[in-house]
Amino acid sequence: MSILLEMREITKEFPGVKALDRVNLRVAEGEIHAICGENGAGKSTLMKVLSGVYPAGSYDGEIHYDGQLAEFRNLRDSENRGIVIIHQELALVPELSIAENLFIGNERAQRGVMNWHETFQQTEQLLKKVGLKDSPGTQVDKIGVGKQQLVEIAKALAKDVRLLILDEPTAALQENDSRKLLDLMLELKAQGVTCIIISHKLNEVRYVADTVTVIRDGMTVSTLDAKGLSEDDIVRDMVGRDMSNRYPERDRRAGDMLLEVEGWNVWHPEHAERQVIDDISFNVRAGEVVGIAGLMGSGRTELAMSIFGRSWGRNISGTARLKGTTVDLSTVDRAIKAGLAYVTEDRKSLGLILDETIRFNTTLANLEEVSTKGVLDQNDETRAAEHYRQALRTRTPSVFQKVGNLSGGNQQKVVLGKWLFTGPEVLILDEPTRGIDVGAKYEIYAIINELSAQGKGVVMISSEMPELLGMCDRIYVMNEGAFVGELPAAEASQERIMSLIVTE
Amino acid sequence: MTSNSNGLKAYLSAHMKDYGLLFALIAIMAFFQIVTDGTLMRPVNITNLFLQNSYIIVMALGMLIVIVAGHIDLSVGSVMGFVGALAAVMIVQYHIPVWVTIPLCIVLGGLIGAAQGYWVAFWKIPSFIATLAGMLVFRGASLWLLEGQSVGPFPQSFQILSTGFVGDIFPTALTAPIAEMVGSRNFNLLCLAVGAIASGVIISIGLRQQARGRAYGIEGEPTAFFWGRNIIVVGALMFLTFKLATFRGLPNVLVTMGLLIVLYAFVTEKTVIGRRIYALGGNEKAARLSGIKTERLTFLAFVNMGVLAALGGLIFAARLNTATPKAGFGLELDVIAAVFIGGASMSGGSGKIVGAVVGAFIMGVMNNGMSIVGIGIDYQQMIKGLVLLAAVIFDVYNKQKQA
Ligand SMILES: Nc1ncnc2c1ncn2[C@@H]1O[C@H](COP(=O)(O)OP(=O)(O)OP(=O)(O)O)[C@@H](O)[C@H]1O
Ligand SMILES: [Mg+2]
Repeated sequence: MSILLEMREITKEFPGVKALDRVNLRVAEGEIHAICGENGAGKSTLMKVLSGVYPAGSYDGEIHYDGQLAEFRNLRDSENRGIVIIHQELALVPELSIAENLFIGNERAQRGVMNWHETFQQTEQLLKKVGLKDSPGTQVDKIGVGKQQLVEIAKALAKDVRLLILDEPTAALQENDSRKLLDLMLELKAQGVTCIIISHKLNEVRYVADTVTVIRDGMTVSTLDAKGLSEDDIVRDMVGRDMSNRYPERDRRAGDMLLEVEGWNVWHPEHAERQVIDDISFNVRAGEVVGIAGLMGSGRTELAMSIFGRSWGRNISGTARLKGTTVDLSTVDRAIKAGLAYVTEDRKSLGLILDETIRFNTTLANLEEVSTKGVLDQNDETRAAEHYRQALRTRTPSVFQKVGNLSGGNQQKVVLGKWLFTGPEVLILDEPTRGIDVGAKYEIYAIINELSAQGKGVVMISSEMPELLGMCDRIYVMNEGAFVGELPAAEASQERIMSLIVTE
Repeated sequence: MTSNSNGLKAYLSAHMKDYGLLFALIAIMAFFQIVTDGTLMRPVNITNLFLQNSYIIVMALGMLIVIVAGHIDLSVGSVMGFVGALAAVMIVQYHIPVWVTIPLCIVLGGLIGAAQGYWVAFWKIPSFIATLAGMLVFRGASLWLLEGQSVGPFPQSFQILSTGFVGDIFPTALTAPIAEMVGSRNFNLLCLAVGAIASGVIISIGLRQQARGRAYGIEGEPTAFFWGRNIIVVGALMFLTFKLATFRGLPNVLVTMGLLIVLYAFVTEKTVIGRRIYALGGNEKAARLSGIKTERLTFLAFVNMGVLAALGGLIFAARLNTATPKAGFGLELDVIAAVFIGGASMSGGSGKIVGAVVGAFIMGVMNNGMSIVGIGIDYQQMIKGLVLLAAVIFDVYNKQKQA
């Protein structure tokens, strides 16, 4: 098979960070090539170099594409050669229709006047290719993330793609949506499209990839034939050691009652007649890790946010008791003071202030701790940020780095540190390991265990069922705004959870 | 290239904004000093510079906070004019004592800010629109209040707000010889002493911060830069206070303004509430989920702006010694321009008090210098517009280079 792309000795430096250090990558025509590596290993950066986001001259090394030396000055240049990148963060305009989104920057028009007929016709064809049945006029923010991801791919197809790059395309997807996307990739491969996929979900890598390149600390560690490769082989190269156990051990012992929520009802903030949470009751004991399983859109995030200072929904009713006494959780401030913390699933828009430093973000939810009479002690702040940087092993040159410059997984650790710093009694984690590598996941699980050993309660919302099964003492199953079952860890399995969801 | 010079370069490129602003101000001052044949730095003119720009700077302090919080206030010029008019009517026409009028006017400013901030904070009305409405309303209100006439003059006790000077505490026996030595009519030693004390404080705070930073292994400002910057700042401070001393000493407004600058710099950089304002502007949703009462904070930013606009109005009226129906027209744009020249970002979350003050001085020195040279108001406007554009382009360019 011929080589379509060869990246030779690519080195890319940011102030104070060497993100890539003489990385090599060879991708054969027509294959699906996976890139694996820990958070901050340099995967996204490598793809940004390839696609011209970082223009030629801003890095060292050579890119050979289709037998020629390529020096892309911007995204346009690489797109003209058939390289299309779908970034870690979706780049659709939520207020526009699917059809409009598909042809942004690539409009079907004559002399500047839109040809809507052609636009819609071609949109329908493209949507058929990716297996979407929605109408081309549907507004993008009205369809789920899974479908949005497919729209992104359709958008790439509209550009005559030859090399498609997907940066963590399934991070935010439910299992069945992920499967659809992966099957689509296999289909595109059959049609001769070459793919590069970055993913932390190794089972998916094994499912689609022909070749796997592992990057660690900005260097290529190995390029492996995917045939006969096990997940453990990949993990070993990623973290540089054997990882026999994905979930750290913990002695499970539930103590006294910590948080009890009873008869919780929430209505939609805009559609007043829609009840989103329907009479939910649950509890967490000290030292317990309680999971909430459910499909995307089942209302798990809405439940968590409505409890945490009524930050979502309206007409909220129900009682919450902490250690037996009723607590007022009506504002975020009060919820934090009562001992609650909520780690959001959407770290970029709800969790962090991207333009500010790690230090700024770490102390933000608990400024009282680092101030006296309203005056900040910036040394205390540095100390706190430094503490969590080390405890969570956040990969960054210093706590004065802008959070926006961190890799996705390291951003997640900053959010986690921020909430640990508030010293919560009950920690609600919403998709805490989204976009996080196996090594870091293990670290986060270890932190969860440590919290539970200290007698804290943890509520864990996750779409990754193995994670819930591996970590939780009890799992509540949620569907369409209501709890449809509760399973102790010993009785829980992926099948039982799914059957509870389906039979409702 | 050695690693040391590499570090210097990296540091310089990361802090280009801060130094760029300071150098721009110095360059502009030097330029006008030359083209005005030294008139710019004459003691009278320096005194005038402070008087002319004091109310802009006072309002820029509030505007910086509003802009950092992610909003804008277009009404400050009109509010300023209205408060000045009200003070004139109360004092000149109704003979209400000055000591009653001033606090009342300031409280009224706060109420005006509250009235606008209420809609912005709690009703989510875009601040551009809410304060555009305010601008029209208070423009009209000034006209109505003054019935289209100018009202003045003010009694002496009100005028000193702007045109008064802090008297010397040192005996003439001590200052007269100095005056003779430097060849001026008198010499206000207090003024020079204040300059010296301020210089000492600036350097010692800087040194302390550096030492603390080192203790944490933070690579702060390179030593050469630290001293270079401080020598320039202290030198300028001593030079200015010396010049003022040979004229009439410290103007009252300069003292008010200096205290306010220090207060607001402290609040924005060192306190919890300041931190929260930056968080609010940086990402409102994330701030709210961190327990910050974003609505109340937005509201307070506007109340504060109203108070400072009122203060600006009083200073302005006292300086002109009359209230005119057109006072303050279009002044909001000068205030906003100062804040943006000073490096604040339109999208909120960034900007510094010191930057806004330097930005205001850049505008002020240009106004003053161009007037002395005799450039027409038409060219003045065009040049100022281009400077604003250049400053913002410089800023954006710097950010892109770092990304
Ligand atoms: N603009 C930037 N400025 C400074 N450092 C950066 C910038 N972009 C990336 N980095 C750094 O480069 C390194 C590689 O980042 P990159 O985003 O490529 O990681 P990644 O492998 O994609 O990780 P993840 O799996 O978490 O997405 C990280 O240490 C990151 O902090
Ligand atoms: Mg990445």
